[in-house]
Amino acid sequence: MIGEGTQSTNQRRHSYVHDNVEVGFFTDPTVCIGCKACEVACKEWNDVPDDGFTWLGNSYDNTGHLGASTWRHVLFLEQDQQKGEQIVGSLGGEADPFRWVFLSDVCKHCEEAGCLEACPTGSIVRTEVGSVLVQDDVCNGCGYCVVSCPFGVINRRPEPLPNAGGAFKCTFCYDRQKSGLVPACAKVCPTESIVFGRLDDLRARASERVEELKQNGYADAQLYDPLETSVRGIHAFFLILGEPEAYGLPPKPQVPTIHLKSAWTSAIATAIGALIAVSCAFAFLS
Amino acid sequence: MPDEHRLDELREQARNKGVVAGRGVDIAGGPIPRKLATASPSGGRPGYYGEPVVRPPVWTWEIPVYFFVGGLAGMAAVIALIGLIFHQGDLTRTATWIAAIGAILSPILLIMDLGRPRLFLNMLRVFKHQSPMSVGAWILFVFGGCAVPALIALELHVHQIFTGGFDQFLQIAASLLILGSAFWGMFVATYTGVLLGATAIPAWFLHRTLLPIHFGVAGLGSAAALLELLGHRIAPLGALGFLAAGTETALWIWLEIDKHGKADRALRESGSGLQIRCGEILSGPLALILRVANLVPLAGISFLLGALVSRFAWIAAGKVSARDPEAVFASQR
Repeated sequence: MIGEGTQSTNQRRHSYVHDNVEVGFFTDPTVCIGCKACEVACKEWNDVPDDGFTWLGNSYDNTGHLGASTWRHVLFLEQDQQKGEQIVGSLGGEADPFRWVFLSDVCKHCEEAGCLEACPTGSIVRTEVGSVLVQDDVCNGCGYCVVSCPFGVINRRPEPLPNAGGAFKCTFCYDRQKSGLVPACAKVCPTESIVFGRLDDLRARASERVEELKQNGYADAQLYDPLETSVRGIHAFFLILGEPEAYGLPPKPQVPTIHLKSAWTSAIATAIGALIAVSCAFAFLS
Repeated sequence: MPDEHRLDELREQARNKGVVAGRGVDIAGGPIPRKLATASPSGGRPGYYGEPVVRPPVWTWEIPVYFFVGGLAGMAAVIALIGLIFHQGDLTRTATWIAAIGAILSPILLIMDLGRPRLFLNMLRVFKHQSPMSVGAWILFVFGGCAVPALIALELHVHQIFTGGFDQFLQIAASLLILGSAFWGMFVATYTGVLLGATAIPAWFLHRTLLPIHFGVAGLGSAAALLELLGHRIAPLGALGFLAAGTETALWIWLEIDKHGKADRALRESGSGLQIRCGEILSGPLALILRVANLVPLAGISFLLGALVSRFAWIAAGKVSARDPEAVFASQR
C-alpha cells in the first residue's frame, strides 16, 4: 500500500511460487493517473515487440485493446458523470458533471479459464500461484484459445513480428515471480493503482476500498470480479465506476465449456441419426 | 490571477479534509479533456469506443474448406460401411476412396492453417475431453488411421494382388477398417459444430445445437451428392439427397425463427448474413426443388456448393459477431 515504502506488497520480495499461494492483481482506476508506465514496463521486461503506432483518437488511448503484443492496456474513459464529490465546470458556470477515468486492463487469469480448457496441445497451464501461462515452445498456433477467451485477451501474433504464429498474453511475470519478484507492471505503478499480492488479501482490501469510495460520493463504485458466473472469479480483478460495458468488459462472462454438453448431445444425436438414415435408405430401397 | 487563488484554496481544502468538494479550475488549452455539449461517452460507439469484447477467429480459408472436406469424407465412410453390409461393392469402393482422400486432405488443410505448422504433432501430445479442438484432432487422427489403410486393403483385395489366406485376411481387415472409419467419420462430420458452438462468440454459441446438425447433414448430403455425380445413381443415395436437402430447408427455417436480436445479428446482417442465406438456399430449398424436378446432377452440385458456402459463411459470421461489442453484451444481459 502507498506509504508502506519497500514494505508494500508491490515492492517487497516474496516466495508465493514456492509456497503455492494464490496471487492476484487488484486494479483501482480511482487512483490511476493514466501514465502508462505499466504498459511500458510490461513491454520492456517481457520483450514484447512493437506492434505499430496508430492514432486512435479515443481520448488519450492509442493502444486500443489487449492482444498478442499488448499485455497491459490503459483505458481512458470520458463520461458525463460525477466523480465522487468533485464538481467540474467552468468558473462561474453551471456544474457540469464530467469524469476522466483511467483503468489498466490485463489478462484476468480466470479461475475457470476458457483458453486453458480449449488448448489442445497442453501449452496453456495453471501455475503454482493460480495464474494462467502459455508455454511458447509448446504452442503450435491453432488459434482455438483466441475464440475461447470470454474477455478477448489472448491472440495469435501475426507475421512479421518476432515469435510469430504463437498465442500470447500476460504471463503474470511468472519468470519474475519464480525469483521472488513482483510483476513488472505492479512494480512500476507510481500510485499503486495496480496492486499485486495474495488474492485473499486483495479481495478484502478491494471491498474496503469500495466502501471508502461510496462514503466519499462515488455511488457507482463496484468490484468487477465475476464470482457468480461460470468463470468463478478472476485473479486480476478491477474496481470500476459505472457499468462494465463502458470498459469493454463483458457483464456476465462465461467459460465456453458450459456449451459443451448441449453441443456434443446434438453432435452425437446427428451422428446416430445419420447412421440410421443411411441404413434405412439401403435397407428399404436397394 | 483568480485561477491561482482558487488553486491555493483547493490545495488547502485537500490538505485539511482529504476530499475536495468544490469547483475546480479549467485551463484553456490544458491537456485535460473538457466536456463538450455534443460529446457522448465513447464517441457514441457501444462499449469502449466500439472496441471488440471478444476476439474474432484468426482462421483463414483452410478451416471452412476443411469443414467441407472433413464432413464429406466422414459421411462417405458411413455410406461405405452400409454399402458393404448391403453388398454394394462398387459404391463401397468409391465411398472409401472419397473417405481416404478426405482423410489425407483434412490434416494438410489444418496444418496449413496453424501459426506454427512444424509443431503440428503437439496436437497429439495430450488428450483433453473438454477441448473440442483436442477431441477433434484425435478423432481425425483415428479416422485417417482407419480410412487410408481401409482403402489400401480394399484395393489389394479387389485387384486380387494376393491369393489364399492373405487375401481373406485383407478382406476382413478392409471390412473392420471401414467399420472403424465409419464410426469415427460420423464424428469427423459433426464435431466441427461443437468446435464452433463451444466458444465465446455469440453468433456461434447461441446456435450450438443447430451447428452440429447442420454440419453433419451437410456432410451426409455432400457425400451422397458426390457419389451420385460419380455415377452411382441409385435409389438409396437419391433418398439421402432428398433427406439432406429437406433437413437443410428445415434448419434454414429454424434459423429464421430462432433469432436472438442483436446477439446473433451477424447471421442476418452484413455480408456474413447474405452468405449464410446463400448457403442455406443452395443446399436447402434449391437442391430440394431440383431433386423434385428430377435434375439430380444439378441438385447435387447445388447442395455441394451450398455446403461449401455455408461453411465459409459461419466463419465469416463468427468474425463479424466477435467484432460487435453489442452482440456480446446482448448475449449476456
